[in-house]
Amino acid sequence: MSPAILLLLALGLGLAGWLAARARAWAFRRDSADGRLPSLPIYHAWYVALWVILPMVAFIALWSAIAPGLVTQQVLASPAAAELPVFGFQRQTMLNEARAVASGAASAVFNPQASGLVEPYREALFYYNTIGIVVALLIAFVAGTYAFLRLRPDFAARSKVERIVMAILLGASLVAILTTIGILASLVFETVRFFGMVSPIDFLFGTHWGPDPMANPDNPDGSRYGAVPLFWGTLFIGAIIAMIVAIPLGLMSAIYLTQYANPSLRRWVKPALEILAGVPTVVYGYFAALTIAPAIRDLAMSLGVSNPSSESALAAGLVMGVMIIPFVSSMADDSIAAVPGAMRDGSLAMGATRSETIKRVMIPAALPGIVAGVMLAISRAIGETMIVVMAASTAANLSANPLESMTTVTVQIVAMLTGEGSFDHPATLSAFALGFVLFMVTLGLNFVALRVVKRYREAYE
Amino acid sequence: MSERIAPTRTPAFEARLKKRYASEKRFRALGLGAIVFSIAVLVFLLGTMTFNGIGGFQRVEMEVPIDFTQAGIAANPDTMAQSGALASLEAQGLRDVVQYFAAEQLGEDAASELGAQAWRDVAAAVIADPALLQRSESFWLPASADLASGYEGEGSQEMQALAAGLYEDGRLAKNFDPGFLGRSDATNPQQAGIWGALKGSLLTMVVTLLLAFPIGVLAALYLEEYAPKNRWTDLIELSINNLAAVPSIIFGLLGLAVFLTLFPNLRSAPLIGGMTLALMTMPVIVIAGRNAIKAVPPSIRDGALAIGASPVQVVFHHVLPLALPGILTGTIIGMARALGETAPLLMIGMRAFVATPPDGFTSPATVLPMQIFLWSDEIDRGFVERTSAAIIVLLLFLLVMNGLAIYLRNKFEKTW
Repeated sequence: MSPAILLLLALGLGLAGWLAARARAWAFRRDSADGRLPSLPIYHAWYVALWVILPMVAFIALWSAIAPGLVTQQVLASPAAAELPVFGFQRQTMLNEARAVASGAASAVFNPQASGLVEPYREALFYYNTIGIVVALLIAFVAGTYAFLRLRPDFAARSKVERIVMAILLGASLVAILTTIGILASLVFETVRFFGMVSPIDFLFGTHWGPDPMANPDNPDGSRYGAVPLFWGTLFIGAIIAMIVAIPLGLMSAIYLTQYANPSLRRWVKPALEILAGVPTVVYGYFAALTIAPAIRDLAMSLGVSNPSSESALAAGLVMGVMIIPFVSSMADDSIAAVPGAMRDGSLAMGATRSETIKRVMIPAALPGIVAGVMLAISRAIGETMIVVMAASTAANLSANPLESMTTVTVQIVAMLTGEGSFDHPATLSAFALGFVLFMVTLGLNFVALRVVKRYREAYE
Repeated sequence: MSERIAPTRTPAFEARLKKRYASEKRFRALGLGAIVFSIAVLVFLLGTMTFNGIGGFQRVEMEVPIDFTQAGIAANPDTMAQSGALASLEAQGLRDVVQYFAAEQLGEDAASELGAQAWRDVAAAVIADPALLQRSESFWLPASADLASGYEGEGSQEMQALAAGLYEDGRLAKNFDPGFLGRSDATNPQQAGIWGALKGSLLTMVVTLLLAFPIGVLAALYLEEYAPKNRWTDLIELSINNLAAVPSIIFGLLGLAVFLTLFPNLRSAPLIGGMTLALMTMPVIVIAGRNAIKAVPPSIRDGALAIGASPVQVVFHHVLPLALPGILTGTIIGMARALGETAPLLMIGMRAFVATPPDGFTSPATVLPMQIFLWSDEIDRGFVERTSAAIIVLLLFLLVMNGLAIYLRNKFEKTW
């Protein structure tokens, strides 16, 4: 039985408990002297329903995570599994095939060797499914009975329900911490494994990047794992070319929109700029690869550059810059709007023109906010994946020529994890090390930027 | 005798003023230029996609008149209503019948360029209306990819000549292809459609919404209404703010390392994709939710508390309903972002070629942005058009979602 059906069953049992408890509470109410209870009947109902649903759902979630492992273990212990090939990938394919047939997802096995496993799989699935259902029902029944028996005319159902609700609220807010811990744990764990094979010094300071996913994983060549060209490519595309486009355009649009534009223009232009931010990055990537990159190559050719690359850093950077414009402009917009009007009026009253006021008074006053916005924009640009995957290349190049092909950290993460290598190979694990570096850098940028914004916002209040 | 006052508007002053005004004008023009440039890029981007994509909703088709009375294929409404109808038609040689009539009417050369799956269109028509077999009917059937590129003036010389000849006779045309929205991925651009990807996207979005919305709203309520001011709360807030700015590919790495280790059978299933995207969307909903909850005036809480409501009742009976439109706006924006997201799904293996639409949350699927990414690697001219057409569909979806968010914001915007 699939978890979805079990969940529906949990909700159904919960509803039954809800109705039963409400009927019981109404009965208390009829029997009581003044027709009043400490809590409304609906709270009695919710009390029992929550006691039925929550433990059962928790068990189902746990069971659906551990049961597949137990099933596989039992199948592997069966005599039929002894004939399986030892090689990991083939073995996995056969197990998957047999499971698909046993669970009814496929009609027949493709590989004759897997057919012997269907029966053990069917048995194991049935065995553990039965255990799962029986235990889930048992839990629901015991918890529901316990809750139902606690109902009394003087039972403070509301405060109990509210305590459960508060626990649920707290649990929901802890998901954010769990996610952060999950990210850190998964990255750190795989990164440590990677550094067990390749020295961190080679990784962080080496200048040659060329992992070979087919090489012997037991004896990796550390000199092929130098990530400096990737860091340079990421910086060059995301923090230099993209920002050369995004900062002037974003800042000037924000200035025009806040200081010069009349409200009706502003009402139209702002949403239009927001559309620019809402276009999916895969669309930008396609645009960069299909339209911009060939145009840049043709332009370079007509300017007499010999052999320009069709996947230049410039194409990816320019399109990424356009994507970042609305981001910079809205951050600049916010911080310019936060500058007190009196400062501007003072400057205008002294006879300064508007542009002088903006350049000498508004921008310096808004600078911390603008800088923080730029930092967030950089953090977004260096973590951006699809544009560079589609428009930049996979060739690692340490060059300052924007017409050269270059690769970035995110491109290599994708390349390493969508390749053919196994999960234990240093080439695959290097993706996690790159992800860890990326995570730490963006975390640092975001953290500093948020701090700056916070401190700056308080300055005028 | 009064003292003479030196004139302020000296020639030097006038010159300086002129220069300052000129600089003012330049600055203003620069600002306008920045906006015009950004909008122009947007228009150019959308224009290119629309221009390329219009062709993607069409396909090159040949007209094949088929006289079913000669074909000798038997079918009645009862057998055609069964699931084996297609196989039955195939066994009766419908494919050869189509080929025969194509060769008869268009010549051998053209008939060999009929799409390999063209007979399926005929079969579908017969299944829908078995009475067709009593008469002769003319079909527009998809041409092969080679002939299609010949029609576009590309590809080999023979194909271009053949296409030109057929076009002269009015037997070859580029027609609107309603099947583009109804079919799934295929290796041939003439046969490719986006329904599989669209369905995968919808299933993934359902999982994302079901997970991210309740968790996000409950977390926002806790943080805004009940959380004590202490280190734990600070830590929760910090991690939410940081998660909102973490690159999406990192969530893909998390999904790969955690979800795929826990559920190895669900590789490239909408369930795993939705769970990964939910973690990414949840912080967006929390931040939007907190702002909406903060905007509800304290007097409402005080009023409810004053007549004896408990803190939980205050929030669930009064604050939440008032904050809901704002939360919904934030949720739609977060979902729109998740709908366009590709990188995390690339990490968890939703990159596969999936030719049948997913039939559940656990079957292999692809999503619309991933379909665009996969097609963008194909060099065939037909796929370029199909890719742009898929982009148009994706952008329309996003436009509708963002429009809905703006509508909700305007409709429910309140100043207390």
